[in-house]
Amino acid sequence: MSENVWTSKSLSDRLRGAVASFGLPRLIIAGFLLLLFIMAPFVGVNFFTQITNTLNRFSWNAVMVLAMVPMVHSGCGLNFGLPLGIVSGLLGATMSIEFGFTGAMSFVMAIVLATPFAVVLGLGYGWLLNRIKGGEMMIATYVGFSAVAFMCILWLLLPFKSPNMVWGLAGKGLRTTISLEGYYDKVLANFLQVRIGDLVIPGGTILFFALLAFAMWAFLHTKTGTAMTAVGSNPTFARASGINIDKIRILSVVMSTWLAAVGILVYQQGFGFVQLYMAPFYMALPAVSAILIGGATVNKASITNVVIGTFLFQGIVTMTPTVMNSMIHMDMSEVIRIIVSNGMILYALTRKSEAIR
Amino acid sequence: MTENAPLLEMKGIRKDFFGNQVLTDIHLSLKEGEVLGLVGENGAGKSTLMKILFGMNVIAETGGYDGDILLNGEKVRFGSPFDALAAGIGMVHQEFSLIPGFTATENILLNREPRHKAGVVSQIFGERLETLDRKKMQDQAASAIQRMGIRIDPDMVISDMPIGHKQFTEIARELSKDQLRLLILDEPTAVLTEKEAEALLASIRGMAASGIAVIFITHRLQEILDVCDRVLVMRDGYAVQDVPAARTSIPEITKWMVGRSVDTSASARADEQLETGRVIMSISRLWVDMAGETVRDVSLDVYEGEILGIGGLAGQGKLGIPNGVMGLYEAGGSVTFDEKPIPLNQPRSCLDASIAFVSEDRRGVGLLLDESLEWNIAFPPMQIQNKFLKSYLGGLIKWRDEAAIREVTSRYVDSLQIRCTGTRQKAKELSGGNQQKVCLAKAFALEPRFLFVSEPTRGIDVGAKELVLNALKRFNREHGVTVVMISSELEELRQICDRIAIVSGGRIAGILPATRSSEEFGMLMVSQVK
Amino acid sequence: MSTKNQTASFGAKLGRLARDNSVPIMFILICAVCIPLAGFSGGYLLNEIITRMGRNTFLILSLLIPIMAGMGLNFGMTLGAMAGEIALILTADWQIWGIPGVVLSMILSIPLSVGLGLLCGKILNMAKGREMVTSYIVSYFINGVYQLVVLYMMGSIIPIAHSSIKLPRGYGIRNTVSLLNMRQCIDNLWAIRVGGVKIPVLTFLIIALLCLVILWFRKTKLGQDMRAVGQDMNVARDAGVDVERTRIISIVISTVLAGFGMILYLQNMGNISTYSSHSQIGMFCIAALLVGGASVDKASIGNVFLGVSLFHLMFIVAPAAGAKITGDSMIGEYFRVFVSYGVITVALVMYETKKRRAKASLGRQLELEQKGADK
Repeated sequence: MSENVWTSKSLSDRLRGAVASFGLPRLIIAGFLLLLFIMAPFVGVNFFTQITNTLNRFSWNAVMVLAMVPMVHSGCGLNFGLPLGIVSGLLGATMSIEFGFTGAMSFVMAIVLATPFAVVLGLGYGWLLNRIKGGEMMIATYVGFSAVAFMCILWLLLPFKSPNMVWGLAGKGLRTTISLEGYYDKVLANFLQVRIGDLVIPGGTILFFALLAFAMWAFLHTKTGTAMTAVGSNPTFARASGINIDKIRILSVVMSTWLAAVGILVYQQGFGFVQLYMAPFYMALPAVSAILIGGATVNKASITNVVIGTFLFQGIVTMTPTVMNSMIHMDMSEVIRIIVSNGMILYALTRKSEAIR
Repeated sequence: MTENAPLLEMKGIRKDFFGNQVLTDIHLSLKEGEVLGLVGENGAGKSTLMKILFGMNVIAETGGYDGDILLNGEKVRFGSPFDALAAGIGMVHQEFSLIPGFTATENILLNREPRHKAGVVSQIFGERLETLDRKKMQDQAASAIQRMGIRIDPDMVISDMPIGHKQFTEIARELSKDQLRLLILDEPTAVLTEKEAEALLASIRGMAASGIAVIFITHRLQEILDVCDRVLVMRDGYAVQDVPAARTSIPEITKWMVGRSVDTSASARADEQLETGRVIMSISRLWVDMAGETVRDVSLDVYEGEILGIGGLAGQGKLGIPNGVMGLYEAGGSVTFDEKPIPLNQPRSCLDASIAFVSEDRRGVGLLLDESLEWNIAFPPMQIQNKFLKSYLGGLIKWRDEAAIREVTSRYVDSLQIRCTGTRQKAKELSGGNQQKVCLAKAFALEPRFLFVSEPTRGIDVGAKELVLNALKRFNREHGVTVVMISSELEELRQICDRIAIVSGGRIAGILPATRSSEEFGMLMVSQVK
Repeated sequence: MSTKNQTASFGAKLGRLARDNSVPIMFILICAVCIPLAGFSGGYLLNEIITRMGRNTFLILSLLIPIMAGMGLNFGMTLGAMAGEIALILTADWQIWGIPGVVLSMILSIPLSVGLGLLCGKILNMAKGREMVTSYIVSYFINGVYQLVVLYMMGSIIPIAHSSIKLPRGYGIRNTVSLLNMRQCIDNLWAIRVGGVKIPVLTFLIIALLCLVILWFRKTKLGQDMRAVGQDMNVARDAGVDVERTRIISIVISTVLAGFGMILYLQNMGNISTYSSHSQIGMFCIAALLVGGASVDKASIGNVFLGVSLFHLMFIVAPAAGAKITGDSMIGEYFRVFVSYGVITVALVMYETKKRRAKASLGRQLELEQKGADK
């Protein structure tokens, strides 16, 4: 009977339903990006170079967006505290260089060295978030900020010696930007690189992301992963089913923090530099808005959301400056990025259905 | 204004919620200074009737009502509580409507504060910028408290007050309204100590003497006899009796309240057989902190293989018992199951001991609304008993076995006749009755030895009700599972239970075989356990 | 016996006082350690604090009303700051200087602030229960719009006459707009010097006037409604208070005041950093207020003054003290940034845990009741 009801709905109703479920802002953003791609050849921008740039930026950022998934699943909301994980990654990166690892090995060691920091910080952060259920997002933001500011002091004080990293004159204190040449600059990107004419695909980086994304997908299909989704979907149900909510939430926070640490390392290998001090400060917002653009909500997110969202977001970030510049000789990309990303977060925060958890 | 017309008349009031008739032809009239006692079981229609009178939005949202309300002989139809207030009707609800950080005075005059005459600023920017006249506020609050006749400190902040004084603050607020002619008190004595309740009764007499009519809703029947002029007894949406209080008695009122001639408790097994059974669960000195359903000092033995009913009026604590034992609300005391102690406040310990629970809060606790039926039914057994999982790498990876999950879900969809488009349909898309069946399926899938079922038929239609009750009974008889069913509907309990415990005031008022008469249970419900 | 009881209760009181004021006490300790290390003279410190008090107090006072209405720390005060900046840029372009310039800017800022405040209030009404994080994102979002207006529309759509404030490309405003002809015009009028310490009397009078207005406002019907809405929206609604409107009004008032505050702040500084002046101001004001002992749901004028003095004292002495200890002045810079964020984090955590503790207390009561019955 219900099948009849479904088919009897008119096409326009269904279309409207599809738009509603997809979300108008998402539609606008996707349409805008499509427009940019269509216009690119007309204003004299090389289409394939643009695709290459977009793919590159996608590959740098995707892991950090993936880091949003576990905490959204466990109901901790959007991880505005991403800088905490980034800081762990930076510690891994600087220590790996300090200990003299080079080439691909330095990348592996950076991940290995970042892991204990990510785990310990994640545990503490998770413990804190369990004490303040309901106010996670605001506090996460400020935990991230505090961590970045605290690390600024440590970057100056920690006894790093490597001449590639410390200020030349003083001989101590880390530089704000550290070149990765000779270390893990483009180690993933150059591995399995695919070239088709102007189109260059950073195969290794994308493969690395795919591996992590697959692991996340697989985790969500295990017993513990199922429990995590249930905790986010209805914590009371999960508790009544004998789940230790606090433990699951802490696990999700640790996973998210670790993925953020790995994410920043992947970003660095693509970008070619380690950025210290205040650089991680605003890194949470692009990741948050990317996953929201991909169709996630405050308490539901999937791997598909990550892929689509990162692609759309990075697409706009790379395409707008070039296309708009060639069109109207005005680089408004930064402003558009700010409005789009924060507008998307606002849209997610103010939706009624998501206010009730 | 018509001379000699009664203050309030309600004529032929009818109301249905989506075809479900909850009020049928209610007539009621009230003179100035008269006190009317309104009694009835939960669901008898008392609160719906009062909501209609008070113009609550929920009535209009659900299609309005039929019949007429006359005030002083003039027909009125209130669009909102504010209209009712303006017409001189005041209501003190069961839930307090007070600002916690304000003093009694500020609450009594909330949004009706007297202000100083307009200054320059307020003339430009509007009257909300007039300053409050604190002196006048003090005077008005003091005079309202004076009229109430119960002393409370007008300068005390609400959050520092004992609960009874909060109640009195609400009453004083209604009395401070000059236009007040009719006051509705919805179970005002439920939260009061004996002394406070006496003071309130004296206060009601005082109000009546000054010409205010009072509608007094309570489950404490002695209070009705003490203070009311007339008693209106409601049952199943009908006004079954309207008599002067002086000419009736507690047993008589009780009989009217619950009196049904039907006797459907044939299913109960004989008393002797039960009392000799083995005690499977023993609850002793349980307290539970569940808002609105507080449990104080409950001790109870459950015999193996029986169906025990727990009944009682709403708010008396019957729901607190399963929620406390299952660890969903903070609880203390001790519980032993199968001679082993069960640690409280840990849902897992109960589930591990093979005790399952179907919560009364389907949407809040019972279901993952945003997930599929498969997840809803398979989740607890998966997490607690490692069912529906495939192990890889020597148990290191426990992978969801989608095929097994689908198999078990469709089995329960068939056996409980859950109407859905498929096992992947989301739980929130089902009707209430079908959601309830999913909750049952979830508990059955755990294959428990002991099952708590809380309000299994609340808010579902008759057909589904029958199916749910039969499924429970079958589960008990065929699998030998001990069932404790909590319900507000006594007849439903009598229909399938062996014994019924009645909870009143957070304590067990008594346990009787289900074969006993409705009146006996009714007496327990309205009794006051100390 | 009774004296012992008294001392015990006195001790308990002292303990509670210390717990309730842990943040200010911590700051007093930090300052007590840093002041001797930094080695500034008392006169210098006093002068600096007086200057900063005049500069910042008005802005911080703008936070009080939303707290009263239960909307938490208004991170959206940045909106007012942006409105103030746009007004100042326009006045600067019209070459209206001195006190008339300040007054004109304030008048110009009102419609902008009201518009932005209405928008912010409406959005916050759609996100009840998560007002703070939403107002925080609103401030970023509007910052994007602000950049769109100032960087692209000013000079192209909105006429800007003077090239001194325009970017060389012909549209958009320069990174710094000089307010030299307006600099400290209010601070210097009627200023007096007491033993080398300059006291900007007029500025303090304006601040005192605002304090009086806030005190008066609390006594009005609207103020009472805001307190009611702040404590329990549903009860207030049942009593007939227009909850949504009241909340929007509180945000609008806060935004307008923040706009005025920003103009006072910038006339003291003497120039506008077009793209960064406002971005940190919300954070510093909120941190200062919290340092003064305010919490997310409770703040007084006293908190503002204590906060602004302690916070800025720390701000002055921390870099110097840090430099003394480590030989690196950047350490102190970062330390004060860390402390600013840290104090907001701590205040937010304390607020959330307090909310949860209040919920758990009824269980204790039941347990005690039963124990009492046993006796």
